[in-house]
Amino acid sequence: MDFNDTPEEAKFRKEAYEWLASNAELKEGPKDSWRASSEEEGLKQVKVWQKKLHEGGWACLHWPKTYGGRESTPIERVIWGQEVSKFKVPGGYLEIGQGMAGPVMMMYATEEQKERYLPPLATGEEIWCQLFSEPAAGSDVAGIKTKAELDGDTWTINGQKVWTSGAHFSDYGILVTRSDPSAPKHKGLTFFFVDMKSPGIEVKPIKQISGGANFNEVYFTDVKIPDSQRLGAVGDGWKVSLTTLMNERLAVGDASGPDFEEAFSLARGQDLNGKLAIENDSVREKLADWYCQQSGLKYAKYRNISALSRGETPGPQSSITKIVSGNKLQEIANFGLDMLDSAGILRTDEEGAEQSMYQYGFYGAAGIRIAGGTDEILKNIISEQVLGMPQDMRADKGLPFNEIPTGNK
Amino acid sequence: MNFEFSADQMQLKDIARKFLEKEESVKRARNVLEGEASYDEDLWSQIIEMGFTATAIPEEYGGLGLGYLELCVIAEELGRSLAPTPFSSSVYLASEAIINFGDESQKQSYLPGLASGEKIGAFAHSETNTSPTEANISCSFSGGTLSGTKIAVADGDVANTFIVTANNGSGVGLYLVDSTADGIEIEPQTTLDPSRSHASIAFSNTPATELKSDWSDVLSLLDRAAVLFSFEQLGGAEACMDMAKEYAMGRYAFGRSIASFQAIKHKLADMFIAVELARSNCYYGAWALSTNAPELPTAAATCRVSASQAFHECSKENIQTHGGMGFTWEFDCHLYYRRCRQLAANIGSQSIWKDKLIGSLERANQI
Repeated sequence: MDFNDTPEEAKFRKEAYEWLASNAELKEGPKDSWRASSEEEGLKQVKVWQKKLHEGGWACLHWPKTYGGRESTPIERVIWGQEVSKFKVPGGYLEIGQGMAGPVMMMYATEEQKERYLPPLATGEEIWCQLFSEPAAGSDVAGIKTKAELDGDTWTINGQKVWTSGAHFSDYGILVTRSDPSAPKHKGLTFFFVDMKSPGIEVKPIKQISGGANFNEVYFTDVKIPDSQRLGAVGDGWKVSLTTLMNERLAVGDASGPDFEEAFSLARGQDLNGKLAIENDSVREKLADWYCQQSGLKYAKYRNISALSRGETPGPQSSITKIVSGNKLQEIANFGLDMLDSAGILRTDEEGAEQSMYQYGFYGAAGIRIAGGTDEILKNIISEQVLGMPQDMRADKGLPFNEIPTGNK
Repeated sequence: MNFEFSADQMQLKDIARKFLEKEESVKRARNVLEGEASYDEDLWSQIIEMGFTATAIPEEYGGLGLGYLELCVIAEELGRSLAPTPFSSSVYLASEAIINFGDESQKQSYLPGLASGEKIGAFAHSETNTSPTEANISCSFSGGTLSGTKIAVADGDVANTFIVTANNGSGVGLYLVDSTADGIEIEPQTTLDPSRSHASIAFSNTPATELKSDWSDVLSLLDRAAVLFSFEQLGGAEACMDMAKEYAMGRYAFGRSIASFQAIKHKLADMFIAVELARSNCYYGAWALSTNAPELPTAAATCRVSASQAFHECSKENIQTHGGMGFTWEFDCHLYYRRCRQLAANIGSQSIWKDKLIGSLERANQI
């Protein structure tokens, strides 16, 4: 048992580090990170960096070389991730395209389409979004209503999507629609990719509880999509969606925000009832719990990496990451604000202020526990797919979609 | 990265598991619980024959000289099967005390017997219903003899070699006492888990020899043992999760398997989360123990806290999943519930280990 690389892994790590060292700036500390002054500026910098990655042969590591990738092994992707995290490099904007749209295009698009659309994803020239969730279809995402009707070889799309990250700056989107409302829920879906500049698409930002707007509502009014942009057969949209949902569950990992280290360091400097907070037994007990959770996730990840290093499929331990880290973040954020006593209610927007980190966690954790599969859905997945327990009984099973009862929320 | 047990170690684990299943270890735990014997002598002699007690003892002292990773996988299986033997007292505590703090002649006199099972060791530490500290241990050593009373000594009534904590006037360290020495009174004590025997031991000017140790060595012995106890707790926790699932799948209510209710599924998912966190932390402990890493105090406390939590969660929710049947004497759920308490109590409470964890992190990262 050790934490060492194999000789091949060490060689790859060295190569990755050397390229990064001559193309990017090392972080000054573990919490130092790239930050853009605005979304527009961030997008610009991400595109420049992605182009550089592509030219250096470090874009979309696991993709085929023909489409701009490197054909790396899973363990090489992990090593790259570890090395790149040491550098202050732009990030964001491209994950959905490269992580979700790319794989689905690779599986279902024609060769001609792959050659047209995949390389610009790898070079960062084009940005994609994912149009799945709807106001009445969140956890039960197969319950979407956005209508797709075929006339000749053109589809007409009407409806509304929600929680679409980056829709306002995306060039293309992957879209799941209902093409047959009289078929049972999972049977009447059809999947497309769509040009986000098509007439009839309207994007409106959603104001979140934090006041920010990272997501959108996307309205479709008589939007035309050629049948050639259909991915998978008519009525097979659920099967196609699962490809990306699986990728999403892998992509949404650790919740970012204050963790054990921040809470520990806060407790060691903060006065609580005339003593340092760290000397308070209830504080120590909480800190110990968070340390054990953080450590458990860290070593679960090491177990995953070890499996990849042996060329094996990782065990189910990765399915616990988001549940544990989302809840931990919410508790730590609450603790951080609680340490300020009555002043913990005061809002500060000061950049880098310790307080603002806990405020961000206070809002963010509430969202993380929902995004990319709620805690409850993830527990269903663990019990059904890992432990092999039966599905819950479904009131809508086998019913034509348009006869399924709906509520008013 | 190779943060996994090797194929050989996994094979050893498999052998241990199959052996304990074949020998119906859980049923034997029930027999000890219901009967007069302090432990299952037949299972104990088979465990010795398998070489498990000799695993980490160096070859020059009659051991197998394998490592602690091997001992960890065995511990997990003993925990899973509730093995009713003095293994933890003799191997994780007594043998470890002598391996780490014994002089050459003490090693030669005791380790071969502990490896071959001829000797059974126990660790006598607690004195009152509060956590033992260097300040409150009143057992005393002077002029080659030891006096004072220890309580809740696991396997105290069956051991013939005691490792005892006592104060020699300048601090608390570890002392070796033979059960045949003069001035020892051993009184069996009834416990919440009668599948593991406990006793109080009164020493009165009892001849004892010193293990070269001070209070920090007592803590270090507890850290080493904590990793191994954690693996027993991990095995027990996973067994409870498996039992709960198995029962839920076959139990029908309201016309369907109760395993299809989200209330039960989410309970099982919570158990799974606790077990996976504990397993990952136990691996961290195993790594630290086997490499004598400076992180051992942190790793030991982390896996101890995590595995205690997992076993607690799984053993109580296993009863809950079984409903009324889980509360019967007939079902095995209570055997695990009892063992969970026994293992949690054996080397100190959860609050103490949490405090130790934060203390070790403070020391590792001085401001």
